[in-house]
Amino acid sequence: MRVTVIDYKAGNLTSVLKALRHLGAEPEVTGGDLSLVASAERVVLPGVGHFQATERLDATGLTTAIRAAITRGVPFLGICVGMQWLYAGSTEAPQQPGLGHFAESCTRFRESTEKVPHVGWNSLEVKAGSRLLAGVDPGEYVYFTHSFKGPVTGDTAAASFYIEPFAAAVERGNVMGAQFHPEKSGATGLKILRNFLGWTAKVSA
Amino acid sequence: MDCEGERMITKRIIACLDVHGGRVVKGVQFIDLVDAGDPATQAARHAREGADEIVLLDITATHEGRATLLDTVRRTARELFVPFCVGGGIRTADDAAQVFEAGADKVSVNSAALKDPMLIDAIGRSFGAQAVVVAIDARRDPGAVDPVRDAQVFVQGGRKPAGRRVVEWAREAEARGAGEILLTSMDSDGTRAGFDCELTAAVSEAVGIPVIASGGAGTVEHFADVFGRGKADAALAASIFHFGVSSARSLKQELAKAGVSVRLPC
Repeated sequence: MRVTVIDYKAGNLTSVLKALRHLGAEPEVTGGDLSLVASAERVVLPGVGHFQATERLDATGLTTAIRAAITRGVPFLGICVGMQWLYAGSTEAPQQPGLGHFAESCTRFRESTEKVPHVGWNSLEVKAGSRLLAGVDPGEYVYFTHSFKGPVTGDTAAASFYIEPFAAAVERGNVMGAQFHPEKSGATGLKILRNFLGWTAKVSA
Repeated sequence: MDCEGERMITKRIIACLDVHGGRVVKGVQFIDLVDAGDPATQAARHAREGADEIVLLDITATHEGRATLLDTVRRTARELFVPFCVGGGIRTADDAAQVFEAGADKVSVNSAALKDPMLIDAIGRSFGAQAVVVAIDARRDPGAVDPVRDAQVFVQGGRKPAGRRVVEWAREAEARGAGEILLTSMDSDGTRAGFDCELTAAVSEAVGIPVIASGGAGTVEHFADVFGRGKADAALAASIFHFGVSSARSLKQELAKAGVSVRLPC
């Protein structure tokens, strides 16, 4: 199965590619070849680090290409900063717009006695009927490393709690996102990636 | 979808593999090394048995050893789906880039960062703060006003003082973009008499990033203590798996009984 993985120089893709290959997918990486996105059957947008890095998506035309792919109905998974990019923006880089698929913005965890970033294994509260998180039982853990997060809304597929409740995963139509790293979350993470790969969508030509 | 209750982030148990010439080795203070198996096999076993993360420390760290290390990292990363950190001999951002390319999620830098602190900034800029662990080897300074907060940073396996104080170096590392601190108490290391909880707490309270405690683990109670009194976010487990506690899972089961939040079942 072809999976188009977007490389916008926001960190290291090796772990994501490795996990996708382990599950039998054939990932192809594009850093600017828009024709690969135009013909994509499935798109993964990884990303670690700073929200500002997503400016490269705008500069290379990838934003427009991804928007078109999403409109065609292509299954899309954003991971970490790749999920945050689905929102209107993030207070981490207020001048840099996100895709705006979700109307809200990402914000930093509020000041508390707890440390920020939120690093480590935390549990998920999965919304009934989520396709991305199908088969994930209460009390299963996934690995997070982030300082900014999206709010819990109707599009939240799973919530987690650290300082405050936040969106650990989002899902609306063919667009999904994980704030945690499924590629680093052991058997639970692989199950979630398998759900994404196994999800059949109606893609228009 | 409410998130009430007692749920919280879990304390991490990190399995550490010392690697020399492409093999896992055991030994006290890097002396009398005994072959303890293949790194890829050992890492997979620890992950399967409940370790939350794997650290591979290359104690060869010679120029000739680089190719062997990269091959080891590649083989170890292939079937590992938990966070994977590699340390030892990373002197430049390019060294780090090669280790990431081979499949590491994080690198740990120690003496090279003390020599050139900009190394922390450089790796963080390219790979994100979450990918940079600054390892600090510290020893209490009995002559200082505050022997704990003013503990001395050491290099060369605890033999040579680096001329830095632990709390101020940890703060600088954080300011430069480190994502985590791996703190080893050279006083406790190898004693199996417990972590240095005062030292760990002093560093953990001084920074806003997670602190991984290392050095001195001998019993389950030592882990409970460093997560409590020591305010550690994670703890490194190495030799404890050779002395009585058979796996990360059994360690975590005991910790759960003691009221520590850990990832179980795993």
